Amino acid sequence: MKKIAILMSAAVTFSALALSLSSCGEKYDKLQNDPVGNYNYADENGKSEFDGVTLNVFNWGEYISDGSEGSLDVNAAFENLTGIKVNYTNYDSNETMYAKLAPGAVSYDVIIPSDYMIARMINEDMLAELDFSMIDNYKYIDEQYHGAYFDPDDKYSVPYNVGMVGLIYNTTMVEGTPDSWDIMWDEKYADQILTFNNPRDSFAIAQFLLGQDINTSDESDWRAAADKLKEQNSVLQGRVMDEVFNKMQGGNAAIAPYYAGDFLTMHDVNEDLAFVYPKEGTNIFIDSICVPENSQNKRAAMLYINFLLEPEVALANAEYICYASPNTAVVSNPEYSLKDSEILYPAEENKPKTEYFYDMDDATRKLYNDLWEEVVNDK
Amino acid sequence: MHRKSLASRIAGAPYYLWAVIFIVVPLAVVVYYAFTDSGGSLTLSNIVELKNYGYTFLISIEYSVIATVITLVLAYPFAYIMSRRRASAQRIMMMLVMLPMWMNLLIRTYSWMNILEKNGIINNLLAAVGIEPLKLIGTPGAVIFGMVYNYLPYMILPIYTVMSKIDTSLLESAEDLGSNSMSKLRRVILPLSIPGVVSGITMVFVPSVSTFYISQKLGGGKVMLVGDVIERQIQSSYNYNLGASLSLVLMALILVSMAIMNRFAGENDEIIV
Repeated sequence: MKKIAILMSAAVTFSALALSLSSCGEKYDKLQNDPVGNYNYADENGKSEFDGVTLNVFNWGEYISDGSEGSLDVNAAFENLTGIKVNYTNYDSNETMYAKLAPGAVSYDVIIPSDYMIARMINEDMLAELDFSMIDNYKYIDEQYHGAYFDPDDKYSVPYNVGMVGLIYNTTMVEGTPDSWDIMWDEKYADQILTFNNPRDSFAIAQFLLGQDINTSDESDWRAAADKLKEQNSVLQGRVMDEVFNKMQGGNAAIAPYYAGDFLTMHDVNEDLAFVYPKEGTNIFIDSICVPENSQNKRAAMLYINFLLEPEVALANAEYICYASPNTAVVSNPEYSLKDSEILYPAEENKPKTEYFYDMDDATRKLYNDLWEEVVNDK
Repeated sequence: MHRKSLASRIAGAPYYLWAVIFIVVPLAVVVYYAFTDSGGSLTLSNIVELKNYGYTFLISIEYSVIATVITLVLAYPFAYIMSRRRASAQRIMMMLVMLPMWMNLLIRTYSWMNILEKNGIINNLLAAVGIEPLKLIGTPGAVIFGMVYNYLPYMILPIYTVMSKIDTSLLESAEDLGSNSMSKLRRVILPLSIPGVVSGITMVFVPSVSTFYISQKLGGGKVMLVGDVIERQIQSSYNYNLGASLSLVLMALILVSMAIMNRFAGENDEIIV
C-alpha cells in the first residue's frame, strides 16, 4: 500500500508540474484586433471559393511566429479567420527550396525566397504575377523597398524581412572593438574564428576585404578571393551555419559572421556578445513572399500574403524572428520592442555599405563552387 | 533445373515491381545524368571532371578504412565475449548495443558536437582536474570517431550472429586435442567467424565512405568527403550531372570492395548482409 501511495503522490506532483509548465506562455491563435484587409469572399449563401482549400506554404525554418512562448500562432489564426487549411513546411536554404521546386513535381502556393533566388525564378518563369487587388495591406510596405533590383516593377514579390550580415564577437575574448573583416584572418584568434559553411557568403567576406564586386564574373577575381580564403584555413575553427548559435552562445568561439537578427537571439542568451558592421561593406538581403507559377491555389495564396502584412501579424512575426521589418505599421508601432535597435534599423549616418547578391550565370556558379572545394580541402 | 510455377511467379511479381521502380529506375537515372550535360546531350565531360576529385576520394577511403579497422578491433572481442555468455546476459548486452540506434543518427551526431566542443563536456571535465583543453571538434579524428560510434553496431551484430552459431563442442574438442587459446582462436574461431567479419566490414565501410552529415558536423566544415561534394553539387550547384558521375564512381568503389570482400569469404560460406 505504501508503494501505491508514493506512486500516487509522484503522479500528482508530475501533473501539477505539467500544468504549471503549460500555463506559462499560452499561445493564442486568433487576432486580437479586427483584420484590416478583406478576407470575406463568401456569397449570399455563405459559400466561398475557399471552402476546403489547403494552402501549401514553404518557408525557412524558425521564420514565422508559431505560438511558442505566448506569441501569436500565425498559421492557426489564418485558419481560424478564413477556414483555409495551412500545410506548412520548412527549408534551410534557397538552394534546397529551388532544388525541390525546379523539377515541377511538387506544387507549393506560397514561398519566401531571397532576392537573388527571386531573380533566378522570375528569369525561369517559375513565379506567378501577384494579384494586388487582393493584397490591400501592401500599402504598409515601406517605399524604400519598392522596386528592388530583382523585381523592379513589384509584380512578383512582397518583402517579408530585411537583413544584413555582420561580425559577431565575444567581448571577453576579443580585445578592443573590431571594425574590419580582417580580424577573421588574425592569428591572435587562431582556432577561435568561425565562418559560413557555404561558398557565396564566405567568398563575399574575402571579396569585401579585397575591394571586389561581390557579383563579379571575372575569373581572376574569384581566384584571388579563393587564395585569400585559403590563407584563412590555418586560423579557422570551423565552417558553420546554424551551429553558430551553440558555438557563440557557449563561448566556444570568439568571432563569427552571421545575420543581424540572429545576433539579437544569441545576445539574449550570452550578453558578452557584441556586433559590428565592418567598414569594408556587407551583404544585405530581402526575403520576399512569392507564389510559384504552378500553384493550384493562387487566390488563397493572395489572402495569405495579405494576412502576413496585417499590422498585428507582421508585428508578431517581427518580434519572433528578430529581423528588420519592411512593414511601416510595425516600425511605427510604439509597442514594437526592437524599433529602436541600432543593429536592425541603423540611423542614416551609421548605415553600413551594403551590396545585394545577384544571381550568377552557370559558368560563374560552377567556378566558385569548384574553387570552394579547393579552399576547404586546402591544407 | 525445373521451370518455376505460375503461382511462384505471381507471388514474386510485387517484389520485382518494387525492385524495378525503386532500384533499377533510379540507377538508370543516375547513369543517364552522369553521361549527359545540363542540356541532355551525351557527354563524357562529367567523367573527365572527376580527376579534380581524386584527393576527396582518397581521404574518404582513408577515413572509412581507418574507421572500419577500429570498429573491427573493438567489435570482434566484444562479439566473442557476448556470444559465450548466458542467454540472459546476451540479451542485455544486445540491448545495450542496440539502444543508441533507437535514436536518429542525426541527433546522435549533433549531441556529439556538444560533447566534443571546445567548452564541451569532455573539456570541462578535463579542466576540472586541471588538464589543458583538447582540440576535439573540427578534426579528422572527430570525423573518424563519429563513424566508429555510429556504425559500431553494424560490425558487432553480424560477427555476434556467426559467433553464437559456433558449437561449443568444437571449442571443447580443440582444447582436448591440445590447442592453447591462441591456436583455438586462430584455427577454429577465426575461420568460422569470417563470414560475419566480411559482412560487418561491408556494413561499416559502405555507409562510412558515403557519409556527409558526420563529416559536416564533427569535422566543423573543414573536412570534405565525397558525400559532401555530391550533396553540394546537387543541392547548391544544381549540377546533377557531376553529382551523378561522382555517385556512379562511389557505387563502383563500393561494388569493387564488396567483390574483394566476398572473395575472402570463400565460396561456400553464406554472407549475411
